Amino acid sequence: MFLRSRAIHWTLATSAVALTLGLASCQSQTSPSPNASSPASTSGSAPAITEKVTLSGAGATFPAPLYQKWFADFNKTNPSVTVSYQSVGSGAGVKQFTAGTVDFGASDVAMKDEEIKAVAKGAVMLPMTAGSIVLTYNLPDAKSPLKLSRKAYADIFLGKITKWNDPAIAKANPDLKLPDTAIKVVHRSDGSGTTAVFTKFLSAVSADWKTKVGDGKTVNWPTGTGAKGNEGITAQVQQNPGSIGYVEYGYAKQNGLQFASLENKAGSYIEPSEQSAQATLDTVKLPDNLRVFITDPEGKDAYPIVTYTWLLAYKTYDDPVKAKALKAVIDYGLTEGQKASAELGYIPLPESVVTKTKAAADAIASK
Amino acid sequence: MTLQLTEQQPIVRARTSFEKNLDLFFIGLTRICAFSIAGVLVFIAIQVFIQSIPAIQTFGLGFIFQQEWDPVKERYGVLPMIYGTLATSFIGLLLAVPTGIGTAIFLSENFLPIPVRTVLVFLIELLAAIPSVVYGLWGIYVLIPLINPLGHWLHTNFGWIPFFSTDAAGPGLMPAGIVVTIMILPTITAISRDSLASLPPELRQASIGLGGTRWETIFRVLLPAAFSGIVGAIMLGLGRAMGETMAVTMLIGNSNKIGASLFAPGNTIASLLANQFAEASGLQVSALMYAGFILFIITLAVNAIAQRIVLRVQKI
Repeated sequence: MFLRSRAIHWTLATSAVALTLGLASCQSQTSPSPNASSPASTSGSAPAITEKVTLSGAGATFPAPLYQKWFADFNKTNPSVTVSYQSVGSGAGVKQFTAGTVDFGASDVAMKDEEIKAVAKGAVMLPMTAGSIVLTYNLPDAKSPLKLSRKAYADIFLGKITKWNDPAIAKANPDLKLPDTAIKVVHRSDGSGTTAVFTKFLSAVSADWKTKVGDGKTVNWPTGTGAKGNEGITAQVQQNPGSIGYVEYGYAKQNGLQFASLENKAGSYIEPSEQSAQATLDTVKLPDNLRVFITDPEGKDAYPIVTYTWLLAYKTYDDPVKAKALKAVIDYGLTEGQKASAELGYIPLPESVVTKTKAAADAIASK
Repeated sequence: MTLQLTEQQPIVRARTSFEKNLDLFFIGLTRICAFSIAGVLVFIAIQVFIQSIPAIQTFGLGFIFQQEWDPVKERYGVLPMIYGTLATSFIGLLLAVPTGIGTAIFLSENFLPIPVRTVLVFLIELLAAIPSVVYGLWGIYVLIPLINPLGHWLHTNFGWIPFFSTDAAGPGLMPAGIVVTIMILPTITAISRDSLASLPPELRQASIGLGGTRWETIFRVLLPAAFSGIVGAIMLGLGRAMGETMAVTMLIGNSNKIGASLFAPGNTIASLLANQFAEASGLQVSALMYAGFILFIITLAVNAIAQRIVLRVQKI
């Protein structure tokens, strides 16, 4: 109401500057999109699909970067197939899949029998990739990787070990200078498949954890602060010396985080890597329903916290084109897609698992 | 005279039945709009209540006083979240009310030339247009590193005061409260300024005419006169503070514990809902709905109290 023309001019100019600054600062924070890296290499063995079809999926956040790369690359060779994927979380993915609002779901936690029964069109669970969970920490003075014994990591998250120079940590790290500062535990605040896998593992390792806390997508953490998502944990750990948290290996690797070597069931300290995670997968026999929880692997070289992640497909589809397209996409993921997985920090599936999964995917049919 | 006029050239033309119907239609339409706002609110409240019935039956009123939130053992209580919600809102109001009203007075008086004032008003309103996730990111990357040394200093020197009893370890009530302050500042400033600016100029003229200084005019006449508008602004700000989700989730630490320390992590009801809803199932969904219902009631209670205050104190 008091505006003069000069005032309007001023206002617009100032706000434009403010907006430009805001945009510029936003731009620097966006992460590179996963599908920008390399173009699709070869067109898969599957027959080309000519009909226009759109598949929509929803579920776990953990395999989302890999899935999005697969779907984008697949679209380059098969332009008529568009696959969209919403990374809404494992639980929400299973819910939407059960309700039939998506063409496929994805989950880090395999569906339970009663959950499968609730799916009217029938469910097929296909392990598409695997990943490990690492403990990332912030100790500016520690040069070589921290080693944590089974007792140490369980007790840190139980809040029993509160100082970095605690004998239980120092014993395994004689060459590290550990500070006399408090351990700041960082955990996920949002419900997450990562938390479910991690707490399931801690329950297997520590009886105390099993009785006091238990396992689930959200648990009652005995200590520490919560952060939302892998990125929240990463930010908090990086900003606060003395903190420790758990994130997915792929995420930690891409962001150049420090991570700890963990003692496995056989008593050796294993550094997280593709090799050590594949060693874990080799120790586990995949049953016929392709559902397995790797809780505390036996192998000598096995990294202890590894999990498969599943794509959930219906047994029968109303639309034959959709069934055909989805099968082609799955086939692409299991063959070409596996090559991309290591580069994004996922673990390529062992040959035997790929064969079994392919056989299971053949069961997908249409009316 | 009048009779003559109406006979020759009627000032008011008789309204046709179409116009009458149009008026009736318009009245009906506005009535529907008004009632549908209330309707939506009631509908949401009923829906939330129905969904929370299983949790209400299981936990009863004990839900409000329980401190544990354990989805594994299915034991739920929201006392820490209620505390966190009230604490962050209180910190927010404590900082935003003096700043906001001060800014409003400054911008509604003639301290500055109008073009500069217009720019400032515009910039403050622009604060409200920033998405809360940007505030959250700013909090993580700028605010927390900024206040951590201060918190550390306060803890080492004044650790005996309960407010500073824990060391600043990143996220906590204080960073969340400060970001809430910045988020509710535009609301409080803009509405307070509007209500100050819309006061009749006679009030100021009379006060100065009676020999009042500018200081006296502002504090004895203008502020009391604009009181209801200012309280309304504060209430809207408080509503936003209690319901703010994203930025608070990113900064509060999401730890379901009650601690007097301003630097300790806490949790709020809105943040709890945002964090856990997507992956919740069974009784947990119901418990979250129950928590949401409690937030509803708290907001309602705070607004009702504010209304009473306005009615009591309203003088001019």
